[in-house]
Amino acid sequence: MLGLLWLVPAIPFASALVLAVARLPRKVVAWLAVASIAASTVISLLITYSFLHTPPTGNAYTQVLWRWLDVSGFHPDIALYLDPLSLIFMVVVAFVSFLIHLYSTEFMIGDDGYARFFAYMNLFVASMLTLVLANNLLLLYLGWEGVGLCSYLLIGFWYRDPVNGRAGRKAFIVTRVGDTSFVIGLFLLFQQLGTLNIQDLMRVAPESWHVGSGVAVAVAFLLLGGAVGKSAQLPLQTWLPDAMAGPTPVSALIHAATMVTAGVYLIARTHVLYALAPSAQFAVAVIGAATLLLAGFSALTQHDLKRVLAYSTISQIGYMFLALGVGAWPAAVFHFMTHAFFKGLLFLGAGIIIQALHEEHDIFRMGGLWKRLPVTFWTFLIAGCSLAGLPLITAGAFSKDWILWGAASASQGSTGLWVAALIGVLLTSLYTFRMIFLVFFGESHTPVTKKPGAAMLIPCIVLAFLSIAGGYIRIPFAHFLEEVLPWTTRVAAAVPLSETASATAAGLVFLLGLVFAWFFILRRPSLAKSLATNPAGAALHRFWFSDWAMDWLYERIFVRPVLWIAQIGKGDVIDGSYDGLAILTQGGWRALRSTQSGKLRWYAAAIAGGTIVLIAVVLFL
Amino acid sequence: MNAVPMSDGLILGGILFALGLAGLLMRRNLLLILVSIEVMLNGAGVAFVAAGSRWAQPDGQIMFLFILAAAAAEVSVALALLVRYYRMRGTLDADTARGLGE
Amino acid sequence: MSGLMEAAFYVAAVVAVVSTILAITRLVAVHALLYLIVSFLGVAVVFYTMGAPLVATLEVIIYAGAILVLFLFVVMMMNLGTRDRERERQWLSGAAWLGPAILSAILLAEVIYLIVSGSTSGAIAANIGPKEVAFALYGPYMIGVELASMLLLGAVVGATHLSKAEARP
Repeated sequence: MLGLLWLVPAIPFASALVLAVARLPRKVVAWLAVASIAASTVISLLITYSFLHTPPTGNAYTQVLWRWLDVSGFHPDIALYLDPLSLIFMVVVAFVSFLIHLYSTEFMIGDDGYARFFAYMNLFVASMLTLVLANNLLLLYLGWEGVGLCSYLLIGFWYRDPVNGRAGRKAFIVTRVGDTSFVIGLFLLFQQLGTLNIQDLMRVAPESWHVGSGVAVAVAFLLLGGAVGKSAQLPLQTWLPDAMAGPTPVSALIHAATMVTAGVYLIARTHVLYALAPSAQFAVAVIGAATLLLAGFSALTQHDLKRVLAYSTISQIGYMFLALGVGAWPAAVFHFMTHAFFKGLLFLGAGIIIQALHEEHDIFRMGGLWKRLPVTFWTFLIAGCSLAGLPLITAGAFSKDWILWGAASASQGSTGLWVAALIGVLLTSLYTFRMIFLVFFGESHTPVTKKPGAAMLIPCIVLAFLSIAGGYIRIPFAHFLEEVLPWTTRVAAAVPLSETASATAAGLVFLLGLVFAWFFILRRPSLAKSLATNPAGAALHRFWFSDWAMDWLYERIFVRPVLWIAQIGKGDVIDGSYDGLAILTQGGWRALRSTQSGKLRWYAAAIAGGTIVLIAVVLFL
Repeated sequence: MNAVPMSDGLILGGILFALGLAGLLMRRNLLLILVSIEVMLNGAGVAFVAAGSRWAQPDGQIMFLFILAAAAAEVSVALALLVRYYRMRGTLDADTARGLGE
Repeated sequence: MSGLMEAAFYVAAVVAVVSTILAITRLVAVHALLYLIVSFLGVAVVFYTMGAPLVATLEVIIYAGAILVLFLFVVMMMNLGTRDRERERQWLSGAAWLGPAILSAILLAEVIYLIVSGSTSGAIAANIGPKEVAFALYGPYMIGVELASMLLLGAVVGATHLSKAEARP
C-alpha cells in the first residue's frame, strides 16, 4: 500500500498537464480536476490507514523513484519520505485541497479561465505534496518554488487588472527574498555536511556541530529566512494581505490552509538544527510572538473581509512559529491542522458572502446576513469560534491552548511569550467577533443576489465538522508525532502555572474579547466610532490599518532606491554597447539593403565580383 | 598529328567567357544579354572539349552536348519570356525590370 | 599537316574572338546576331582542329543554326528600328562599358594565370570520333541523356505556356 505513495503527487501533476494542454469542456475540466485530487486524497487516506495499521520499520518509509542528478558526490534522488510528520501534512493538504477544488467548481463557473484556474490549482497541489513528501532538501526546494510559482500565477489570475498583477509580483518578489536566504542555507548545509538528504542531515548535524556553534546558527537563521518569507512572518509579511487579489478559493487553499504553512513544515522538518542553535530557535519564537500581535492589531482595523482573514492568517501562523520557537513542535503541527480546517472554511464562507453580495468586500457594507445565508452563517460562526478559541468545544481552542501551554512550559518557553500569546487570544477574539457581528448581524446594507449551491456548501459543512471534531484527537495526535517531534519540557519548577490554569486564562480572555466586540459593534457602535475618530485613535487606526506602515517603510528603504539606481544605470557603458550593437546592425541593414536594387546587371556584376574575389583568395592566400 | 597546346584551348575558352561576361554587364538590351550568355556557354564548352581531347576521352564532348541541351532549353524559355515582356512593357531595357528591388 | 591544323586553330580562334567582340558591341541586334554566327562558326573550326568533329558539326547545326535562328525570329517579331539603334548608342555611350570591361579583364587575367601556372601542359593530340562519343553517351551517361530530354521537354512546355497565356488577358 505504501508503494502507492508516488501517485499522491503524480496524479495532480498529470492532471495539471492535461488541463494546461488540452482544450476540454467545462464539465470535463471540473471532473478531471476534482477527481485527480480526490484520487490523491483517497490514496493518501489508504496510506494513512496502512501506516497506522502496520507501521513500517523505523516508523518511516522511503520511496526512491530515481536518481535526480549525480555530480561529484552530490547525488540527490527524486525520493519521497513518509513519517508521521509528512503523513499529517500530506493528508491535510490533500483533503483540504479536495474540498476547495470541489468548492471551486461552482465558485469559478462563470470565469473565462476555468481550465487555466484548475491547471494552476492542480499544479499547486502537486508541488505542495512534493514539498511535504520530499526526502531531501533539494526536492523540497523544488516543491517550495513550485508552490511559489503557483501562488504568483493564481494571485495574478485575473491578470487584466494591473493591480492583481502587481500583487502577484509583490508576493513573488517578497517571498524571493526569503527563498534566496533558504537556498544559501542549502548551499551552506551541503558545503558543511556533504548531503541534502534530510534524515542524513538530522543524523549528521548533531555529530558534527556542538550546540550553539556558528555554522549551525547560520544555517538555522538562513532556513528561518526562507520560512519567514513563505509563511508571511515579520518582516516579510507584507505580501500576504495583497495576495488576497486572487480568487477566494486560492486564498483559502494557498494563502491560508497550505502554502503559507510551508515555513512551519520546514522548521519542524529540520528541528534538529534549531535544537543545535538555541538563538535561532529563540528568534523563531520572538518572530512568532511579534507577528501574531502586530497582525492581530492590523486585523482589528481592516474593512475588507478578505484582508481581515489575511491578517488573521499571519497572526495564526505567528502562533505556529511561537510553538516551534519554544520547542512545542507537535503543538505547531496540530495548530497547522486545525488552522487549515477553520481558516479554509472562513475563506470559503467569505467567498460565498462576497459572491452573494455581488463582489462586495467591505464588511461595513454587509450585515444581517445570518437569516439569508443560514448555512454559511452557522459554518462561518463555527469556524470563527474555532479561530477565536471557544473553549472545550472547538478545535482551535485545543490547539491554541496547547501552544499557550507550550509557551509557558516547553524548553524555550517563558512567561513573556505566554503573555504575548494570551494577548493574541484577546485580539483574535476581538477581530473575529467584530467581523462576524458586522457581517451577519445588524442592519442589512447590500442585497443578496446569489445563493450558494451544493458544491460550495458541502465543503463548508465538512470543514465545520472538522473545525470542531479535529480538536478531540489531540492526545493520539501527540502520541503519533512523539517519535519524530518530541515535546520538550522545561524543568517543572520553572513553569509558573499549570496547564489547566493556562487554558482557563485563555478561555476567560476569549470571553472578554467576545464581550468587547459585542459591546463595541452591536451595543454601542457610536463609541467605537468616537474611539476611531479622536486624533490619537485615528492615528493609531491609520497606523494599524496600513499594517504598521511596513509597506510605506519598505517602499522608501528598498523599492525607491532600487528604482533610482535602475534609472541611473539606464544609460551606462554596458547599456551603450548594446545600443551600439543595435545601431551597427541597423547600419549593416541599410548598407545591405542598398544592394537589393532590383537591377539585373548589378546582380550579375556582384556574382562576377564574388567569383573574382574567390579565385583571388584561392590563388594568393 | 595536330599539336595545339591545351593551355591555348583553355585560354580561348576563357577569353570567350570574359567577353560574354563583359557583354552581359555592358548591355541593357535583354536580347543582347541573352546573346552574351550564349557566348559564355560557348566559352565553357570550348574549355570542356579542349580538356577532353587532351586526355583522349569523349567526356569533354559529352559535357558540351549537355551544355548544348541546357542552352537550347534556356534560350527557348528566355525568348518566350522576352517576347512577353516586350509586349507588356514595350521595351527590352533590363533596368526597367526592377520588380525585385526593395 | 599538323602545322596546317595548328594554324587553322589559331586563325579560327582569332576569328571567333574578334567576331565575338564585334557581336557584343553592335548597336543593331541583327548585326550582333550575324557576328555571333561567325563567332560560332569559328568555334566550330576550333573544335574540329581539336579533334572533335561531332561537336564541331553540332555547333554549326544547333548553335549557329537552330538557336541563332530562334534569336532572329524574335528580333523580327520585335520590329526594331532606327529609334532603337539611337537608344542603344545612348546606353553604350560614356563609361557604361568601362566597369564591365575592367571586371571581365580581371577575371580573364586570373583565369589565364591559373591556366598558365597550373598543370595544363601537353598538347591536344587525340582525335575522338562520333562513335566513341556515342558509345559513352548511351553508356555511362545514359541517365544524363534522360535528364536532358526531360529538361528539353520542360522547356517546350514552358515556352508553349508562356506564349499561349498571352492570349488570355
